[in-house]
Order: sequence, then C-alpha cells, then structure tokens
Amino acid sequence: MSDVTPASGIHDMGGTSGWGRAPVPERDEPPFKQPWEARAFAMALLSMRMSGTNLDAFRHALSRLGRADYIDDGYYGRWLHGAENLLRDSSIIAPGTVEARAANLSGGLVEEPSAPEPARPDYKPTAAGSIRTVEDPPRFSVGQRVRAKRFEPPGHTRLPRYVMGHLGTVVGPRPAQVLPDTHAHFQGENAQWVYTVRFDPEELYGPGAERFALNIDLYEDYLEAA
Amino acid sequence: MTDPRAADDRVPIALRTQALEQLLVERGLVDPAVMDNFIKMYETDVGPLNGAKVVAKAWTDPEYRSRLLADGTAAVAELGYKGSQGEHIVVVENTPSLHNVVVCTLCSCYPWPLLGLPPSWYKDPAYRSRMVREPRTVLAEMGLRLADGVEIQVWDSSSEVRYFVLPERPAGTAGLAEEDLVPLVTRDAMVGVAQVEP
Repeated sequence: MSDVTPASGIHDMGGTSGWGRAPVPERDEPPFKQPWEARAFAMALLSMRMSGTNLDAFRHALSRLGRADYIDDGYYGRWLHGAENLLRDSSIIAPGTVEARAANLSGGLVEEPSAPEPARPDYKPTAAGSIRTVEDPPRFSVGQRVRAKRFEPPGHTRLPRYVMGHLGTVVGPRPAQVLPDTHAHFQGENAQWVYTVRFDPEELYGPGAERFALNIDLYEDYLEAA
Repeated sequence: MTDPRAADDRVPIALRTQALEQLLVERGLVDPAVMDNFIKMYETDVGPLNGAKVVAKAWTDPEYRSRLLADGTAAVAELGYKGSQGEHIVVVENTPSLHNVVVCTLCSCYPWPLLGLPPSWYKDPAYRSRMVREPRTVLAEMGLRLADGVEIQVWDSSSEVRYFVLPERPAGTAGLAEEDLVPLVTRDAMVGVAQVEP
C-alpha cells in the first residue's frame, strides 16, 4: 500500500548548489541512448497501471530514492527504481526479487522470493488526468501578495523548498487540479485551484541575486494571504 | 559512513532492467509488444517536430498565433497534438526584450505531445537547480548570451501545466513559407535555452 514517508530530498533541486556547470546541448540527441533506457521507460509507465497507483504516487516513489538510486543510474535508472518502489508497495514483487533474478541472469543459483499476494490501493480517480472542476471560487486573485507556506510534508508534495516561506505575487489563475500531496497517497483528490506565483530572486536568495522573474505553479493549499 | 562494498554490490542498471522485465513478463503483467509500442511512439512519432510545426504556423498565421497564446491546449490540439503530459499547455512568447525559459526543479516535467521526451540537459541537476537561481549565467554556459537589457522569465513546471516557448522568428526569414520554417525550429529554442537561427 501507499508508503507515506517523507521524500529523501534529493529530488528537490531548485536553488541548490554543487552540481557544476550546465551541459551544452547535443544536437539531435535521441530519446534513449541505450536499449535498456527504453525498456525502463516503458516499464515505468506500465508500473502505475500494474500497481494500481497514479502519476503522483510515481513521482513520490522517485523522490523517496536515496542519492545512489536517484543519481548514479541516470534518469531512466531512476525511473526503474521508482517503478520497483510502486511494485513493492502494491506487493506485485517481493523485496529482493529483482536482485535475485539479476544474480541468476549472471549465472548465480539464488532462490527467488515467491510472488506475493497483490495489495493494490482501493482507490479510483474521479476522472482521467489531473484537471478537475471545482465549485468554490478561487481564494486568491491576480495581483494579490501571497506567501508560500513553510511546512514539513509528511509524504509527497509539489511545493519546492526554495519558495517555502517566501512572498510572491499571483500572476495567473490556472485550472483546478488534484492535490498531489493527498492523491499520491490515495487519500483523496482534494481538487483545488492552482496559481502561477511570481517571486523576486532577492526575496528568495537575498541581496545581489541575479535579476529575473521566477514563476512557479502552486496549489491553493500551499499558499496563504500575505 | 558508507560501506565501500555497497557500491560494488549495486546491480548494474541494464541487468536490473532485464531482470525486472523478465519477471513481469513471466507473470503475465506486461506484454513486451505493448512496451515496444510505447518506445516506438516516443522514438519515432512524438518529438520536437510537432512543436516546430506549431511554431512555424504561429509565425505565418497571426490568427493562429493569437489562439495559441490565448489557449495553448486548444490551439495545439487543432494540429492533433494532445495526450500524456499535455493536459494543459501554456505558450509563452519570446520578444526582443523578453526571454522565457522552462524548467522542472522537482523532476523533469516536459510537454511530451509537442517535444517528445526531454533531452539529457533538461534532466541534469545543474540545469534543474540553477535555472531558478541564475538563469542568465546558465543560459550563457549553454551557449545563449542574452543582452543585459533582455528580461528573463523562468517557468518552473511544478503542477500539471506544461509550458512551451514560442521563439522569436529570426530576421531574414520573411520570404520563407511555413513548411520552410519548420526545419529551422529547434527543441532547445522551444524550451528557451537557444534562439532560432536563420
């Protein structure tokens, strides 16, 4: 079932340092550089169906990974580890199964755990996708000053740390959407308005920050009137 | 403390992928042919050519450009582009004085129906972390040096809204027809890390 645990934090990269220079884009880079990347991609997409979960649960499954699983195996390696998280959460595969099969594929003779009884979440979305219609009017309006809340998420969230606690201005209403924080854990859709909020870099990073405008989409629950 | 043996014990990722696929196929949970279809779709059918067609149309058809900026989702659907990761498209337009660039700091959200799967630079931790802190510096490292007077707008894709950049039409292309403009439009320009060259 759902693993309501905080993210490792590795995924929340906005504003962090220590990652070096930005890469120079390659011309005509293919979507997959090696065959396994394509297989991992397709399995990850299918893992949501197999495990009876959803995209928000998959994103949380990625953000629970430790640094090695998140970074060292590359982007589609991360997706494979995330897919395995979902498949273990729903008891589609038992812990240790993939490692045992990998050992056997390499000539080992390892006993593999037997297939467990699946335990998919008893949860169905009310519609396809993430956009919903809500009856309540938006709480915030364009031009309004708002503050992104600061909190320790118990599980999934789409509120990045680099904006937590900071003041911004609503610049655009966006369609109402399911709240990832609860939808990822099969605790309800909590459909609500989303706003594009603009932040001044000096508010985020202090005096001397580079001059630009930072726009980010924030769910109504993430905001309070300033 | 990390156990130095732990790194050695990691299953190589290609082998790990093979092991999981074999397990799931044996149990009848995935059909390799379905996997092949997903892969083929993103290797051959859905890619930046879709976005380039949108851009070329917007450059040559002012009414389409207006519809695209007012309701990106509906306007790209006119050309048949919709689906996963394209539920709500917002198009932001570059001008001589305004430059837009898109990032996803939390994962790598990207408008798949228009651009296909993201390139490696978009998924790179340096891009994800620094584009929301020092975009002018990051763009310069990637080969795009913007004049000091150009205002930068960064869009962090943290909800299901997907942002798409309508690049500036390059000078000297006034005589080109829509279909001749399409090959000029690059993936990088539609995310905002490059400009379209004539």
